[in-house]
Amino acid sequence: MSNDFCTDLGQCRTKQFMTLLGIGGVVVLAGLYAFFTLEHHGHVLTGMNNQIVWGLPHVFAVFLIVAASGALNVASIGSVFGKPMYKARAPLSGMLALAMLVGGLAILVLDLGRPDRLVVAMTYYNFKSIFAWNMIFYNGFFAIVGLYLLTLMDRRLKLWSKPVGFIAFLWRLSLTTATGSIFGFIVARSGYNSALMAPMFIIMSFAYGLAIFMVVQSSMYRWNGLRLDENVRRRMKNLLAVFVGASLYFTIVFHLTNLYFAKQWDYERFILLDGGMYTFLFWVVQVFLGGIVPIILLFVPRSKDTEAMCFCFLAPSLVILGGLAQMYVTIIGGQAFPMNMFPGHQVSSSFYDGVVGTYAPTVWEWMLGLGGVGIAFVATVVAVRMFKFMPQDDFTELQMRRSTD
Amino acid sequence: MSEPIKQDTPAADGERRTFLKAGAAVAGAVVAPGVLLYGVSQARPPEEGASSKQRWGLLIDTTKCGGGCHTCVDACNAENGLDGKTGPQDPQWIRKVDIKDLRTGYVQSLPMMCQHCEHPPCVDVCPTGASMKRADGIVLVDRHICIGCRYCMMACPYKARSFVHEPLTDQNPEVPRGKGCVESCTLCVQRVDRDEQPACVEACTAEGHQAMIFGDLKDPQSAISQALKSVDSVEVRADLGLNTGVRYQGI
Repeated sequence: MSNDFCTDLGQCRTKQFMTLLGIGGVVVLAGLYAFFTLEHHGHVLTGMNNQIVWGLPHVFAVFLIVAASGALNVASIGSVFGKPMYKARAPLSGMLALAMLVGGLAILVLDLGRPDRLVVAMTYYNFKSIFAWNMIFYNGFFAIVGLYLLTLMDRRLKLWSKPVGFIAFLWRLSLTTATGSIFGFIVARSGYNSALMAPMFIIMSFAYGLAIFMVVQSSMYRWNGLRLDENVRRRMKNLLAVFVGASLYFTIVFHLTNLYFAKQWDYERFILLDGGMYTFLFWVVQVFLGGIVPIILLFVPRSKDTEAMCFCFLAPSLVILGGLAQMYVTIIGGQAFPMNMFPGHQVSSSFYDGVVGTYAPTVWEWMLGLGGVGIAFVATVVAVRMFKFMPQDDFTELQMRRSTD
Repeated sequence: MSEPIKQDTPAADGERRTFLKAGAAVAGAVVAPGVLLYGVSQARPPEEGASSKQRWGLLIDTTKCGGGCHTCVDACNAENGLDGKTGPQDPQWIRKVDIKDLRTGYVQSLPMMCQHCEHPPCVDVCPTGASMKRADGIVLVDRHICIGCRYCMMACPYKARSFVHEPLTDQNPEVPRGKGCVESCTLCVQRVDRDEQPACVEACTAEGHQAMIFGDLKDPQSAISQALKSVDSVEVRADLGLNTGVRYQGI
């Protein structure tokens, strides 16, 4: 069969498929090796300590989980809001959501101090804990989105796709609310403790999820020697620009709200002005590279060839980079800033009270974090290979165009 | 006719001695645990569980707390089997915090540990319920169900909790600890259950500082309740409304 155009992905490009699988497999194995090493020696091998208790693995994990719920948004626009263009992309969207959730959760679980007690985590629930609710939402997400995928891909169940899609939409909103609230409900720390965390995480999930969807979609089209239809491209890039703009808006409101309360001034000065690495990551990577540049790229008119590059690959890639920076600033910056136990006092102790926490991720944390990304990647590659996740609407159109070329 | 009295043979004498020795050993074995059990029975029986009729607390007088003194920290480390290292990854259940008023320059030193809140954020956030509060107000970590997620460390406003980053050796059998779990001050629960004072309080008193008073906050006659009535004391981060069991005087 020709490699130029594959309608059945299971029959073509085996060599490339195996290469991708091999790369992903090596990354996953590296992650597992890091896990076993940390399990044996303890977290003493990581840069995490009693001041920065959640580190780089959590940055990747929370990013993947937030992006997972956002990736489902494409399907929701199709099923819940009835847009046919997005409906054709619903299966890919649902599959990506599941793949990323698997990757994110794997990191969270493998980073536990006692990962051998996963059964305990599944059987003992403190319903006052938002973390426990997250576990319920994650497990439910697998069940509901799995069922949703079934209704999308099995003709006999097609009728059910709308109601199940609606439930999936509500569930994903709840899930991201709960994920944002993991931080929003922490009253102890200046960087968290905000009602804005939950809605901000939701809007950011829209941006990150759609960005990853667009990167995967572009790769799949390029993989098959296809060009994404211009209308599809224009609509998706407009939607991404709206989401990125909304994320920036929420970022501004979040920091303004903090500035309004006198107690948070010091924290805001830390993040916005003199936090070193955190200030750099916030302004340069999160806001500029991950927010302003993608919006410019998405709206500046360009010739058709460069347009394809910027709209569908470069801009969303930058959004992903900005998203990782945002998670780093939120999660690690929020912990690095010292807790204000004695307002109006200079504080010092042998337990690093009153000083900015130091954190340098070690290679084990990179391996574990990237291992989770690898799991999501391998799951996606295998799923795309085994099932028909290629968006179908413009497919026939493009096929026709090709035959008339 | 009377029978002649038999003289004990040396062999019979030896048997009697053995018998007496064995008898003494058996009697000792029976009585000794009894004596021990009597002592234990004076304390709260283990099966009774902690009682909500009590609430254990501490009052710390910062004006009596010595600036360079670490007696309470050393006593805690010795009692609970901590090695006393102070690297970023080393657990510290109690630490001395030095504070300086930025306006007046007034310097104080005080011990900081788990504040044993009535409404502990660590207990609220723990997904498995491993972080828990006993009926008598002591906040503990159930090491059998702690999964090491560290969310309680994120949530504690007093930075009172530590994560065990590496395997441990030479543990105190009364205070089991373990790699991968979170831990913090237990108010020396093993001592409290024997009607003893926490190690830090005992050491501070022995050192002559008398900066810490331990006792039952619900008993109006207890030394701590009497002291709380007569002095002005505060909670650290009182704005959070956690009603801590540890209160400070002089800050």
